[in-house]
Amino acid sequence: MVHISEMPEHLAKALINQELPVYESTPWTDLKSLKESRIALISTAGLHRSVDSPFVAGAGDYRIIPDEWDMDDLVMSHVSTNFDRTGFFQDLNTVFPIDRLHELDEEEVIGSVASRHYSFMGATPPHLMETVARDLAGLLKEDEVNAVLLVPV
Amino acid sequence: MVRIHTEKMKPPRALAVPFELGRPFGAPNEVEFQRKVLHNCLELLERESGPVLEDFSDLPPVDENQGSENWACPVNFAPPMDDLNDADLIYQSLLQETNLLRPWYEEAVRNYKRSAFGVSGKTTAEIVRFIADLLVDPQNQQPPIDGVNLGTGFKRMADDLRYFYTEAAIARPDKKSSDIDVANWLWGETTLGKVLVAIRDYAMECDEPSLKVLSVTAMVPSHQRHRTKHG
Repeated sequence: MVHISEMPEHLAKALINQELPVYESTPWTDLKSLKESRIALISTAGLHRSVDSPFVAGAGDYRIIPDEWDMDDLVMSHVSTNFDRTGFFQDLNTVFPIDRLHELDEEEVIGSVASRHYSFMGATPPHLMETVARDLAGLLKEDEVNAVLLVPV
Repeated sequence: MVRIHTEKMKPPRALAVPFELGRPFGAPNEVEFQRKVLHNCLELLERESGPVLEDFSDLPPVDENQGSENWACPVNFAPPMDDLNDADLIYQSLLQETNLLRPWYEEAVRNYKRSAFGVSGKTTAEIVRFIADLLVDPQNQQPPIDGVNLGTGFKRMADDLRYFYTEAAIARPDKKSSDIDVANWLWGETTLGKVLVAIRDYAMECDEPSLKVLSVTAMVPSHQRHRTKHG
């Protein structure tokens, strides 16, 4: 899959005009300095450990990716056929920049990396993810995460 | 990655990137470039008010939209089968394709130290047997994976096989390819591609709901649907 501009017109229009959730406001939290950040990655690429159950369309759930896990073990069970996976096959960081994040941590650009990261599968109506997303926010707080990088695919 | 979606939903902080779907951090194995994208994104945390939507306009060092003129699948296949009515012949043809690709798949695993194959929990031989039987005698097939329906089981097995083929095709890091190059090869020049297209054609009109629901968008990528009956 190339860029949206190179999609067949009807598909590009469908993607651009997709029904989206409407939010009354944008939540905001100050973070004065990156050095104060404890960052978790949350992907929508349908990533999970090889031992985990694959994603099922419409379930709206997530998988846990412990920070100490061997990241070469991660697989992708996203149901969509409409995005490139060759980047992921060659280098996980193309979709899940975990090594890059650790490098920034080692260089003390950021404060620390979370103990656990997470992945949802996109192509799921957002309202189906709301309950588990709220639960996940609690888990992030327990891990003292104060910043999340939401990574689409 | 779809800027207009971000404009409408207004998350607290967002970095709009120009990369193709599937590559939110630009390009594989481009460490400095990925770092730049990540750093630019994380710097948004220091903005004092929002919502923030900024643009990252650089492109990766490799032009990901152009395949290399030198790329070709490392294996020469016989042309795809014409007759898709004999399950055993289809099985043998698919088995031969996977056997020819296997050394390159294993090379890919050595080079990239990982593989996406395995979600279905089946071997390639089991997958090609099932796919051949599904194509020729779809109404008599049972769900191939315990605990999931026929469509989901087929989807996981088909995806596994596509990943196997694709990873083998890109096994050589010195031979640059685009995803479109590889997709055109898989869907247009292999028996697997021809079989998966035929299954999609069947699934679009069948009565099995678990197959039909996946057939519209989740079996064949949009840029290859011109090969299908329904587009």
